[in-house]
Amino acid sequence: MAGYAVEIDDVTVRFRSKKRDVTALADVTMHVEPGEFVSIVGPSGCGKSTLLKLSSGLLPASKGDVRLFGEPVNGPRKDIGYVFQKAALLEWRSARKNILLQAEMRKMPAKEAAARADELIEMTGLTGFEDALPHELSGGMQQRVALCRALLHRPPVLLMDEPFGALDALTREQMNVELRRIWQETGTTVLLVTHSIAEAVYLSDQVVMISARPGTVAGVVDVNLPVERDYGPTMAEPEFAKATRHIRDHLGAATAAE
Amino acid sequence: MVTHTQSARAGQRERAGEASGVAERSGPGLGQRLGGFLERSWRPFALLAALFVAWWGVTAAELVEPYLVPSPGNTFDAIAVRPEYFWEHTWTTTYETVLGFVIAIAVGVIAAVAMVQSSTLEKTLYPLLLFAQVIPKIAIAPLFVVWLGFGLGPKILVAVLMAFFPVVISMVTGLKSVDPEMLQLSSTMGAKSGQTFWKIRFPASLPHLFSGLKVAATMAVTGAVVGEFVGADAGLGFVILQANGNLDTPVLFAGLLIMSLLGVLLFVIVEWLEQLLLPWHASRRDEGASTTL
Repeated sequence: MAGYAVEIDDVTVRFRSKKRDVTALADVTMHVEPGEFVSIVGPSGCGKSTLLKLSSGLLPASKGDVRLFGEPVNGPRKDIGYVFQKAALLEWRSARKNILLQAEMRKMPAKEAAARADELIEMTGLTGFEDALPHELSGGMQQRVALCRALLHRPPVLLMDEPFGALDALTREQMNVELRRIWQETGTTVLLVTHSIAEAVYLSDQVVMISARPGTVAGVVDVNLPVERDYGPTMAEPEFAKATRHIRDHLGAATAAE
Repeated sequence: MVTHTQSARAGQRERAGEASGVAERSGPGLGQRLGGFLERSWRPFALLAALFVAWWGVTAAELVEPYLVPSPGNTFDAIAVRPEYFWEHTWTTTYETVLGFVIAIAVGVIAAVAMVQSSTLEKTLYPLLLFAQVIPKIAIAPLFVVWLGFGLGPKILVAVLMAFFPVVISMVTGLKSVDPEMLQLSSTMGAKSGQTFWKIRFPASLPHLFSGLKVAATMAVTGAVVGEFVGADAGLGFVILQANGNLDTPVLFAGLLIMSLLGVLLFVIVEWLEQLLLPWHASRRDEGASTTL
């Protein structure tokens, strides 16, 4: 259990198809400390999601090493939680049973799982919606269910792939505030892929910028904002403006240079 | 801690806003449901009634010879005179149909699962299935009689062959339509392939399977009757063929009527089973336009 929670060392990912070879990521190196909240931003198709798939072992690296808590990642890892842009809920299961799918697959003790599910339902504000089917829930509520499912087994690392991308702007802000609080309450390491620079800066300790085709690390920004972050006031901080502007300039420059 | 209370309040606000959006999950009463059913489906019944009246009108006005088109009265009389006769032959056809349908479901589902598990198997079997489907069943039915005799065998076999194809196709489509992210998620949960199949793939494919089953149900009836046409001493196909030979149109019409009702009944049973087994799917579909009864 040495050092970093997530370690990506000099990793290259190539996809081979019949017609052409695509290099999705080239020589990417990034390190995430345990308990840190790190966001990955970059233009569409730059390989942000590929980074999460690498970290979870869903996708092998063509070159380089990926390690979770010092252990090399070969094949799907169980010690992570994953949240996709689509909630990916099972339509025939209630919110609560969707959350408990995690426990069933892992064969967790039923009592412990139920208690943990109650705790998460309470934490994410799903109380009263436990028995609703996914299609009866709004997009924000569905994503809360997906988040609970991802956190049920107390994973040391939570991977989130544009989790709020499909939500309307107001719901998204609300979810940002809640995610920040949930992260503080659980103390888990979070790796978040997002298109929103504001979201990345508000939530993170560190923002990793990726440039497109092939995806490379264009820079890392440390966010020097206080731990307690009220949404409105944080947005108005000079440090917030500085960080978002820096990222915007960087990504804009990276795209223009293409 | 301001953050906490703020977000909690925000959460409550959203919850309050959404509470009205959550559908009532306590089911409606029987009377209400019957009322809803009548409201939704009075049109086909009205059309049926109109057609019936037209049939009666045409025969009552003697626009066509009674030996060509019998009146509704004569048709029902034909049944009323020999209820055991019709009951016996209806039962035979029902037996063949249901047995053929059930075998088609079992074989079809197993074949679909096997084909989705192994792409080699799929590539091998699929063309063969298509071949079996395009052969006109009525053309090979006599061969089945040669092979299996005049008993129930060839009728059930034709019913299976007719119903099998829609079952396989819909099940394969269903099993393949699972959200790939759901499967990735499952592998990060450390799920065994059996767990993934029973908890995710199989239930997700059921709505597709049921749309195939509805087609297959009507095909099974046709299959059984085709089998009877070729060589039988019992069943509605036999009744129709015999009535045809005797120019006994009332019995012929009665046979046709019962046969159609049999197909509709089987279809309705499948639909009812779908609503019973997949309430989550049915309730979702009701939000859009309802396609059937």
